[in-house]
Amino acid sequence: MPTSVGWVWLVVVLPFVGFLANGLISFLWPNSKRAVSAIGVGVLVAAFAVAVAVVLGLRGDAHGAPYVLTYWSWMPAAELEIAAALQVDQLSAVMLMVVTGVGALIHVFSVGYMRDDPGYPRYFAYLNLFVFFMLVLILGASFPVMFVGWEGVGLCSYLLIGFWYLDKANADAGKKAFIMNRIGDFGFLIAMFLIFQVTGSLTFVEVFEAAPEAFTINGGTITLITLALLLGCTGKSAQIPLHTWLPDAMAGPTPVSALIHAATMVTAGVYLVARANVLFAMAPISSVVVATVGAMTALFAATIALQQWDIKKVLAYSTVSQLGYMFLGVGVGAYAGGIFHLTTHAFFKALLFLGSGSVIFALHHAYHESGSHEDAQDMRNMGGLKRYMPWTATVMWIATLAIAGIPGFSGFFSKDGILAATFARGHDHPVFYFLWVLGAAAALLTAFYMTRLMLYTFHGPNRTGKNEQEHLHEAPWIMTGPLVVLALGSIFAGVLNLPHVLPGGGWLEHLLEPVTELSHRYLPEAHLSATTEWVLIGIATLIAAAGIMTAVIALKPESLKPAREAPEESGFQKILLRKWYVDEIYDALVVRPTVWISRKVLWRFFDAGVIDGALVNGSAWTARAVGFVGSAVQTGRLAWYLFVFVIGTLVLLRAVM
Amino acid sequence: MPFLQQSTELLGSALAVSAILFSLGVAGVLLRRNAIVVFMCIELMLNAVNLTFIALAQQLGRDGHVFVLFVMAVAAAEAAVGLAIILAVYRHKQTVNLDKVNLLSG
Repeated sequence: MPTSVGWVWLVVVLPFVGFLANGLISFLWPNSKRAVSAIGVGVLVAAFAVAVAVVLGLRGDAHGAPYVLTYWSWMPAAELEIAAALQVDQLSAVMLMVVTGVGALIHVFSVGYMRDDPGYPRYFAYLNLFVFFMLVLILGASFPVMFVGWEGVGLCSYLLIGFWYLDKANADAGKKAFIMNRIGDFGFLIAMFLIFQVTGSLTFVEVFEAAPEAFTINGGTITLITLALLLGCTGKSAQIPLHTWLPDAMAGPTPVSALIHAATMVTAGVYLVARANVLFAMAPISSVVVATVGAMTALFAATIALQQWDIKKVLAYSTVSQLGYMFLGVGVGAYAGGIFHLTTHAFFKALLFLGSGSVIFALHHAYHESGSHEDAQDMRNMGGLKRYMPWTATVMWIATLAIAGIPGFSGFFSKDGILAATFARGHDHPVFYFLWVLGAAAALLTAFYMTRLMLYTFHGPNRTGKNEQEHLHEAPWIMTGPLVVLALGSIFAGVLNLPHVLPGGGWLEHLLEPVTELSHRYLPEAHLSATTEWVLIGIATLIAAAGIMTAVIALKPESLKPAREAPEESGFQKILLRKWYVDEIYDALVVRPTVWISRKVLWRFFDAGVIDGALVNGSAWTARAVGFVGSAVQTGRLAWYLFVFVIGTLVLLRAVM
Repeated sequence: MPFLQQSTELLGSALAVSAILFSLGVAGVLLRRNAIVVFMCIELMLNAVNLTFIALAQQLGRDGHVFVLFVMAVAAAEAAVGLAIILAVYRHKQTVNLDKVNLLSG
């Protein structure tokens, strides 16, 4: 094993040390922001540096077995033997780079974005804790260790969504995310139990090696396991039907949205499917379900993003939509393609969120100066910001071109890779052609709504307000710096996995081969001819261009009115604005019946009636009734007592003799 | 022990007298209301027991004699304390009728 791979524990421990230190500071010296910044950002940069060393060490023997580093026995119980162990292989290396790299940039950005917040140390403590759990998630060598990270990031997500908890809406959003994730975790747990029952192990290496013998292809058990895992993934990665928490999660600070709800945590579901690729490849039905859920989510979320006014809501639905692409990718067996899109998405979506954070920061500042209470996140209050914030506008345009899929930018290659893989599977079953159409339609909408966001935010006349305009200015360098780095990533990350028709294509695919090779024998060979691939590339380019052009032609930022003067939406626009009423439907189908049952059955009948009435008061009544009879014997007359005493003595004597 | 054989014929009579005395004592304690009489009935029971001890001691050895001495000593102490209590009750209630002494009755 290369020496540097042995340092991987340091990557995990560093953010945890940061959490402890910042947590301590938040109690003892809440105003010492300088120390917090140094620790919070420092541990992440250090972790990134160690991670680079680990990955470089791994590169030396890319085709070696995965390195499992066991530290101590965590749960020894009869046959169950779970070790606190980390696994370093090509897949976790890619994730390691994304999490620590993008994470470090977002930490730097946060120093500027959160500088005036009274909860500054607490914020960095949470953020460090999040990175720690995320690293446990991606480095864990078994399902339970991964689950610790899985739950931990959920906790941090909850804490950071409700970071400004004094506002009830934020606290509610945190709870919603937590509960939605709980539904998914139930699936994860069921899957773990089933896997242990069949294979007798929960360690990745052992399970995946045992899988070909332990399961029958397309059998009931494997399908059940993978569907249960998928339920876990839909919760964590905000896919239909558990997608509703992610847009609400925007209640948290914007860098949190960038780190947790765009770049890292929400991609955990994609990572899990890619990690368990053998299991999914052995269950073709589940894989089709994964792909269908992904494609439907991609299109569905994209339609909602068309009509949102809150800049972060647009990006939130865009994230849901892009996660759908990743699921489509891993669903059709393009595991490397899914991870590739995960990587490029981490760059351009983190950039978009941080850019929107920079805009919100500027608007918030301007409204604060003028004492106005307008919504600093509503795009109708923006417009023409490129004059005030040239850097932010430029980098966000780069990210927009990347996510829209303009050739040359990273998003184009990753998205095209997934769509091509979907199309290639069309030979097996026509349903994949249908999924490809869904994906292509979502790509069109993506290009449209992102251009809409850019036009309304940065172009046309400014609608912020006369008094506020003089206070609008570019964010400090500590915020724009990370944006520029991410912009470079958004442009160049595509070279990791170029299409096969280009020289040097499929690099990431080859890199991940050791992880995915077990699943190859179960997946049908899906190869596209060079011509087909070029045609698909052409179609993808046309779609992206069409989306952008339509938006530029159809949308008129000049005629947009500020939020307080804007007319009510009507018809289809209103349906989109209200997110297809999914929240309302869930409210009617799940929340209200639950509340009704809780109130009427569980509270009024069971708690008040059975527990309080029959059990608590009932036992008191019984004791009282018995006492009433008993007290009648206690007359207080000595003669009576003596009489009973003598009778008792006689009875006893009779019994003894 | 030669004297033991002499008095065996008296044992049955002695136990019978003892039983009668004891029953009288119990009946008196249960039926009478005057505290002094109840007290005397208790003494009667004690002495009935004494008689049993003495009678059986003829056969079983001198332990019974020792017990009798103990019982007499305790009875003397009891008489002192008991009469004092009755006196105190009388001072408090102006009666020694046990039906009137019913503070314990709820």
